[in-house]
Amino acid sequence: MTDINKLTDIASQVRRDILRMVTQAGCGHPGGSMSSTDFITALYFDIMKQSPEGWSRSGKGQDMFILSAGHMSPLLYSVLARSGYFPTSELGTFRHLGSRLQGHPSTEFGLPGVYMPSGSLGQGLSVACGAALGKRLDGEDNTVYVLCGDGESEEGQIWEAAMFAAHHKVDNLIAMTDWNHQQIDGTVDSVIGLGDLESKWKAFGWECICADGHDMKAILDTFAAAKSLSRHGKPVMILFRTVMGKGVDFMEGTNEWHGKAPSPEQCEKALAQIKETLGDY
Amino acid sequence: MEKFVNTGNKDTRSGFGAGLTELGRTDERVVALCADLTGSLKMNTFAKEHPDRFFQCGIAEADMIDVAAGLSLSGKIPFAGSFANFVTSRVYDQIRQGICYAGTNVKIAASHAGITLGEDGATHQVMEDIGMMRMLPHMTVINPCDYNQTKAATIAAAAWQGPVYLRFGRPSVPNFTPENQKFEIGKALRMTEGRDVSIFATGHLVWEALLAAEELEKKGISAEVIDIHTIKPLDTEAVLASAAKTGAVVTAEEHLIAGGLGELIAGVLSRNTPCPVEIVAVDDLFGQSGTPAALMKQYGLDSEHIVSAALKAVSRKR
Repeated sequence: MTDINKLTDIASQVRRDILRMVTQAGCGHPGGSMSSTDFITALYFDIMKQSPEGWSRSGKGQDMFILSAGHMSPLLYSVLARSGYFPTSELGTFRHLGSRLQGHPSTEFGLPGVYMPSGSLGQGLSVACGAALGKRLDGEDNTVYVLCGDGESEEGQIWEAAMFAAHHKVDNLIAMTDWNHQQIDGTVDSVIGLGDLESKWKAFGWECICADGHDMKAILDTFAAAKSLSRHGKPVMILFRTVMGKGVDFMEGTNEWHGKAPSPEQCEKALAQIKETLGDY
Repeated sequence: MEKFVNTGNKDTRSGFGAGLTELGRTDERVVALCADLTGSLKMNTFAKEHPDRFFQCGIAEADMIDVAAGLSLSGKIPFAGSFANFVTSRVYDQIRQGICYAGTNVKIAASHAGITLGEDGATHQVMEDIGMMRMLPHMTVINPCDYNQTKAATIAAAAWQGPVYLRFGRPSVPNFTPENQKFEIGKALRMTEGRDVSIFATGHLVWEALLAAEELEKKGISAEVIDIHTIKPLDTEAVLASAAKTGAVVTAEEHLIAGGLGELIAGVLSRNTPCPVEIVAVDDLFGQSGTPAALMKQYGLDSEHIVSAALKAVSRKR
């Protein structure tokens, strides 16, 4: 039986990590990192079969997570550090010269837990398809997970990959969209509206589920449903309805915090709203 | 002077196809991807023999490049193929992030490179690809000269750890290098030994350089022809040694001057032992429709132009 309170506590600490990393760096992308925090926490601390022990980029014998929306790097680094891939103290080096924690995820400096660089958008879904096909060829029963942004879904390559995955029946793939409706220039609807996203994925031949991306119980139920839908000839997409900047009242629901760091004073105000559960790094 | 015999015209893309077929039978890690040009790339045999290891990607090259990158993670050796233009300029960022920055073991199979793609015209003829690919950190750039060498280069690319850009062409051209040759990535091949001028050629221009050397011999000029099948990493040692001996250099390639072999070699020489350099390449132009042979002549990519360039380089010696 999964302890929902425990996952909620971890998510709380992950949000603190994100805010502190971005504030210390003086730049970065807190908004999307915080909208995806709850379900990515669930993924790493409950859903995925993964372990830092003997980790390698081959992903052999492991479930794999590919972050397509690379600007959510603070989130990825926090869950990796909290999972034991590297010391949490290293989170303090985010975006510093010589750090393994590059502004966007990199494999150039050998950071454990990162399979592929990302940052230039729209590419991770294709990468995940390839990784999933590799597992299929090797007869592995592990699953490949990938996270895209909703704004990122304006990239044409996302839909190339959507067609590819359906055509090749890549059914050991579970994709997620952080559906927070915000991007740099404004709301997604005002920039380039995605229309009926759920119908689009279904029309592209995918199983598609919508869920509340901040309700931990709903998140776990949704992953369970996604897993039961997988391996039946279709790739699976979960559209997580989320709020950009979730967890801090003055950051929530606005594109203003997509790619801006809080000032130290703002960070203090934000941290006052989020419980320290595992100890700050 | 060493003589080379054309054992019969063949297209270099068929050399790639033969190499891929052999790899398919000998190495289970090799997988192949294509973007709706399987026949043109001569990947049919591989696709037929290994349907589980061949991935048709449709007309979606960006997706193909990153799917190949993903496949490589588990230890597969993916060859992702299309026309050179569509696996370079069209997907530059995918190659940059998903292959080079990622350091993934993907081999890009670029067919119909250069102007000899022919009648389809400039939309399909890429003459900037060598420049684009050699600018990318971690990339290896290979441009073999004939069928036999392309087959050998394909097999060598699979054994090479890291990203490879393998460039070859459409038309039937002389096949003159040994069958089942050993192909050493990064090692220039001296084809003829000479004293008066060094001709560094790559791809289809190697044969033209050999023809030019015969013409030059009649004029009393001894030309050293060197096949630069690997543009990156460049065999600078071989380049500098030959140039030091002859004191005059000609480069020849089916590419723009900008970013090409000529600029590369001129740069190496200028930083080490400067000498006259003449570049046989296309100067800041797009191509046009025409037969491969007519285009090579029209754009100055033939033995006649190499001879003129050699005479000029020799005359510039002090």
